[in-house]
Amino acid sequence: MKKTASKLTIKSLQKSPSGIQGFDEITGGGLPTGRPTLVCGSAGCGKTLFGIEFLVRGATQFNEPGVFMSFEETIEELTKNVVSLGFDLEDLVKNKKIALDYVRIERSEIEETGEYDLEGLFIRLAYAIDNIGAKRVVLDTIESLFAGLPNQLILRAELRRLFRWLKDKGVTAIITGERGEETLTRQGLEEYVSDCVIMLDHRVTEQTSTRRLRVVKYRGSTHGTNEYPFLIDENGLSVLPITSLGLNHIVSNKRISSGIPLLDKMLEGKGYYRGSTVLVSGTAGVGKTSIAAHFAEAACKRGERVLYFCFEESPNQLMRNMLSIGIKLEPWVQKGLLQFQATRPTFYGLEMHLAVTHKIVNVFKPDIVILDPINTFVVGDKEHEVKTMLMRIVDFLKSKHITALFTSLTSGDCTLENSDVGISSLIDTWLLLRDIELSGERNRGLYVLKSRGMANSNQIREFILTDHGVELREAYIGASGGLTGSARVAQEALENAEVLTRKHEIERKKREIDRKRKALESKIAALQADFDSEESDAVKLIKTEQDMIKKLEQDKMEMAVSRKAVMGKRAPGNLK
Amino acid sequence: MIKNGKADKTTDEKWVLRLYVAGQSPKALTAFENLKKICQEQLKGKYSIEVIDLLKNPQLGAEDQILALPTLVRKLPVPVRKIIGDLSNTERVLVGLDLLPNS
Repeated sequence: MKKTASKLTIKSLQKSPSGIQGFDEITGGGLPTGRPTLVCGSAGCGKTLFGIEFLVRGATQFNEPGVFMSFEETIEELTKNVVSLGFDLEDLVKNKKIALDYVRIERSEIEETGEYDLEGLFIRLAYAIDNIGAKRVVLDTIESLFAGLPNQLILRAELRRLFRWLKDKGVTAIITGERGEETLTRQGLEEYVSDCVIMLDHRVTEQTSTRRLRVVKYRGSTHGTNEYPFLIDENGLSVLPITSLGLNHIVSNKRISSGIPLLDKMLEGKGYYRGSTVLVSGTAGVGKTSIAAHFAEAACKRGERVLYFCFEESPNQLMRNMLSIGIKLEPWVQKGLLQFQATRPTFYGLEMHLAVTHKIVNVFKPDIVILDPINTFVVGDKEHEVKTMLMRIVDFLKSKHITALFTSLTSGDCTLENSDVGISSLIDTWLLLRDIELSGERNRGLYVLKSRGMANSNQIREFILTDHGVELREAYIGASGGLTGSARVAQEALENAEVLTRKHEIERKKREIDRKRKALESKIAALQADFDSEESDAVKLIKTEQDMIKKLEQDKMEMAVSRKAVMGKRAPGNLK
Repeated sequence: MIKNGKADKTTDEKWVLRLYVAGQSPKALTAFENLKKICQEQLKGKYSIEVIDLLKNPQLGAEDQILALPTLVRKLPVPVRKIIGDLSNTERVLVGLDLLPNS
């Protein structure tokens, strides 16, 4: 017996998965098997629920029946309360998966006379455990005993015995405790339960409340030490182990289009990296949301799933507005590729936002997530917290290989680069939209402030919102710098005119050459004609001369014939 | 005074007492002895004591919300009263059983 026990401890601590989303990740597997765990926190922070979920998950997912001993709520109340979380306790009790026992202590009904112990509690607990073969036990909240039983000495001794007994029973137990003024629990339960202590917290800062969970200690095991936000919703608890993420996500070489051809061109002609983080920042009304909408539409066209968090506009308003620049988002919403998630940043705390983001992303499984805009989170002096939250979101999305696009509103009075410096290190591709005020106009300019891992364009392009979406104009860089708006138009007109005159000049030159060629050709023709006539004259002359020679010869012959010369035959030869 | 008050209360009522114990522990034995003595003195002839051993019948513990042992439950007369401990402090037992008149 002893040997196997020591072997087990050497092997490593055994853990019982709680089944609570995220909790098993931060504790590296769950609660210590066969040991009691203290869950403490102030009123309404979710202690009972933590316990219930531990039991229900244990019973339904890990085939470990459990006993819930309630000192506060009656069985009926408890059953009703957790129906809203999707737990059917009645059914589980019927199937002997869970045993519920309500322990009521009424101080006024109890008179103490002499020695006693809490053997009754032990017997009831043992009965319940043995009856269903329980592996898990929850005692909620055992501190109520302190109010019911006057003799603290006996009570404390008995509690010590109880926790010892639970260990001997080998059940994995949760003991809940109300948080004290300066101690973890009001009655100092942490003194007895020292293997694992979990603290739940429900804090309100600036009128928004956030639930947090922290593993205060966990003997014999490493665990996440941070405060993790957690949610209670219709699926029970979910804890977010965000900061446990490291910088070791897989990177992709794949590129995806931004939805704006010329913007893609500025990014090596290919667009963003998949899984990267894009920030679009700029002053008010400069078109950040339009860029985001373009990206969303392009992704939907590729058949990807897009999750769009809007913190300023309602989805309908956003869709209507985008329609005015020719981006139709509604069909994609209907197809289920695009999902809007609209909440005011002040609706709940940062941690809660983070938690909600996690949850929705895990459910929707998007390829692309858009947060529009991120800086509305900064209420008051919380910049640091916002930064940590964004870092967590970025890390989380990266680990999921999701491309993220954030928009950020920068105020006009500080330089654009500075205002976002807080998160710039998190961003892979940073597009900056800026107003260019020139010659009595306010125009939009876009440039790529940085883009990790690609040779991006360094130009400021003019950014125009048309009825068929965002258009980027090739930058006009003249002698007097980049020109935008009507200045650019004017400059373009000027240049066009210049080009036109050049064209005319060329035409003129062409015509001149033509004319010259024609003149030359006519001269050549005249000479040729002269030559031709001379030539024909000469030919004629030669002909007559030859005829003359022939005639002479003939005459000689005829003369010889008439003289009856014999040598007539030789005569021509001689003549030759 | 005491006798009058006691007599008024207990003339025609039947007392049903239930003593919860866990096995034959010293505390259980002491409690039973003490209870018998008190009953003999105060409620002669009109009481019944039922001893329930939770080790043998653990399911009975929940019915009367038993935590501490030994526990004495006064089932009748109503209201139900509970006295925990080995009943060694007689005066407290009498108070608990409502056998002492409020002065």
